[in-house]
Amino acid sequence: MTVRLGIPAALLYYLHYPAWHSFFSALGVEVVTSGETTRDILDLGIREALADACVPVKVYFGHVMALREKVDYLFIPRMVCTNGETTYCPKFLGMPDMIRHSLTDLPPIIDVRLDVREGWTARWQACRQAGRALGADAWTINRAFFKALAAERCHHRLLQAGYQPPEAIKIIVHGRGGRRTGPKADPPGDLVFAVLGYPYAVHDRYISVGLLPKLRKMGVRVLTAENLPYKALMRQNLDFDKRLFWTYSDLCIRATEYIFKKGGVDGIIHLTAFGCGPDSLLDKFMEMKARKQRSIPFMSLTIDEQSGEAGMVTRLEAFVDMVRRKKGAAKGA
Amino acid sequence: MPKVTFPHVAESYRAFKMLMEDLGNEVILPPRPGRHTLDLGVRHAPEFACFPVKILLGTYLETCPQGVELIITSGGVGPCRAGHYAQLHKKILHSLGYQVDFVVFEPPRLYPLDFLHNIRRLNPHRLSYRSIYECIRRAWRKLQALDDLEKLSHRIRPREIKRGETTRTYRKVLAWIDQAYTWREIEDASISARQAMFSIPQDPYRLIPRVGIVGEIYVLLEPASNLEIEETLGHLGVEVERSMFLTGWTRDNTWTETTEGLTVKDAALPYLPELLGGHGRDSIGNTILYAKRGFDGVIQLAPFTCIPEIVARTILPRVSRDYNIPVLTFFLDEQTGKAGTATRLEAFVDLLKRRKSKQVGSDGIEGLSWHRRRIGKY
Repeated sequence: MTVRLGIPAALLYYLHYPAWHSFFSALGVEVVTSGETTRDILDLGIREALADACVPVKVYFGHVMALREKVDYLFIPRMVCTNGETTYCPKFLGMPDMIRHSLTDLPPIIDVRLDVREGWTARWQACRQAGRALGADAWTINRAFFKALAAERCHHRLLQAGYQPPEAIKIIVHGRGGRRTGPKADPPGDLVFAVLGYPYAVHDRYISVGLLPKLRKMGVRVLTAENLPYKALMRQNLDFDKRLFWTYSDLCIRATEYIFKKGGVDGIIHLTAFGCGPDSLLDKFMEMKARKQRSIPFMSLTIDEQSGEAGMVTRLEAFVDMVRRKKGAAKGA
Repeated sequence: MPKVTFPHVAESYRAFKMLMEDLGNEVILPPRPGRHTLDLGVRHAPEFACFPVKILLGTYLETCPQGVELIITSGGVGPCRAGHYAQLHKKILHSLGYQVDFVVFEPPRLYPLDFLHNIRRLNPHRLSYRSIYECIRRAWRKLQALDDLEKLSHRIRPREIKRGETTRTYRKVLAWIDQAYTWREIEDASISARQAMFSIPQDPYRLIPRVGIVGEIYVLLEPASNLEIEETLGHLGVEVERSMFLTGWTRDNTWTETTEGLTVKDAALPYLPELLGGHGRDSIGNTILYAKRGFDGVIQLAPFTCIPEIVARTILPRVSRDYNIPVLTFFLDEQTGKAGTATRLEAFVDLLKRRKSKQVGSDGIEGLSWHRRRIGKY
């Protein structure tokens, strides 16, 4: 019987799952994910996690609980820094410890630490550590490492081609590799919205209350921070004394600046989770930016574990109508 | 003379005021944060920003109308949000029409040139580096004297015979320290202040539980933000030891790490090997150290939505179980009321006293057999 490794489908999953999947599959391990978030998973998470934590963290706890009995190992990496400059949110840094010390009856946790500031072999070292923990030999680990790199590149390319992370994951993991997939055909829609926020909130259909499908239904094409050209974002000039410390927040604020500079977007929606630490600053900065440059309407949506469908739809409809009228008026004049 | 101000952190403003005036600045003293400060801060700060942001912004908004030109504050290198506060406050104050500038002190270990540059900006008297060093040394001595007195007040307050006498004496001796200027004067004031504190009549036979306080630095240091928790506990008959003082923290973060800081790090290692920014790891490490030193309980103070403290709070129940030490957590924000906090504290202190009297046996009343209990009371 092969070893079963569980990867909770939350937080870092959306941007890193293809690489992890290829890596562990190449080691001959059966990779199990917890699937999409459901009411049950969220309830489990709410019961186990601290009340003051943000929804995504509670959801993560729920996913771990859902996987707990089904797998032999849990993969909860400690991602500290992947680009050499910014780190992830402190909750990510302490995630393996939070899980280990607050849940019981857990299978062994593989918590490799990845900090690329430690040297250029950091990624390889982390992979080797994870492979060793599963008892693989050096040669297999090396091969798996390069497969993981390839999968990551492929994932990145798909995102840049306009796919959203869940679609890209489906193509890479379940499809015929992403190599032959061309750029995504634009769905119909007269408006283009940028939905900015952290991938684990925007792309989780349960906690975002189906924000993206709802927008598509209203005839709105959606761009997320992952679809914007990454290199251009990193070159973006910000009028900040200090770069934001957190990788995803940094990406979001850069995306905002980029969109205000480039245009071509009719509205910006910032999706934030209740009680999110970095977002308290990020949202204020984005709001100030939007207030200064009035060219693009901006709305900030807060979600929590009690978010209702109806309230969300009303706000979205109002925003879409407002943008549509503004656009029509601009055209008519 | 440029008008400068700085955040209000407990009594430390007395030392900072002296330093800034020595360097030739006009100091606009920050008022003690109160209801009005909070209202101002809450109105203009982001909703989910942590409590210190709101208090600091409120303080700035109270001092800015008096013509402040420079605000001196500390920075940070993350990943705690505190490192971005200066930037956030600057943007908010500018958008409200106050053209103030900020001098942000980053850890000089990492940015030595920035540090010197900042010092030069705050030095309109053009003092030499040597005399600046002398000024800093004197301010530092004053800060130490203030911290010592505060520590002493935590020890004496639960044992005082006349309730409220410690607080009164403490207020009185603070003024002595405040007036001292030269090195000799500060030393003398410090000594006589200690003597005055020790001359408060005390009851040495009380059963005094000892409680350690851990958590985020600002809510720990500023009594106005934590509802004077140390004073409340002192009046409940509990000796408090706080894990952080301004002098200790500054030394750990500017020069080299003290052995004290390293011990805390080592203690927390089995539970939290990663540095989260803020004081998450210190909270865990200090809790363990307090447990090892035989304290009766630990209270964690954290601002609402503080990320490192949330991580620490998730791990603390395990620490509490492993080391058999009760831990109580307060998440503080502008909605926290004094009465609710006091009730929770009273319940916690009752629990500690009961536990202690059971442990102590012969010392506590409950450890005595029934016919001797009355004797114990007399």
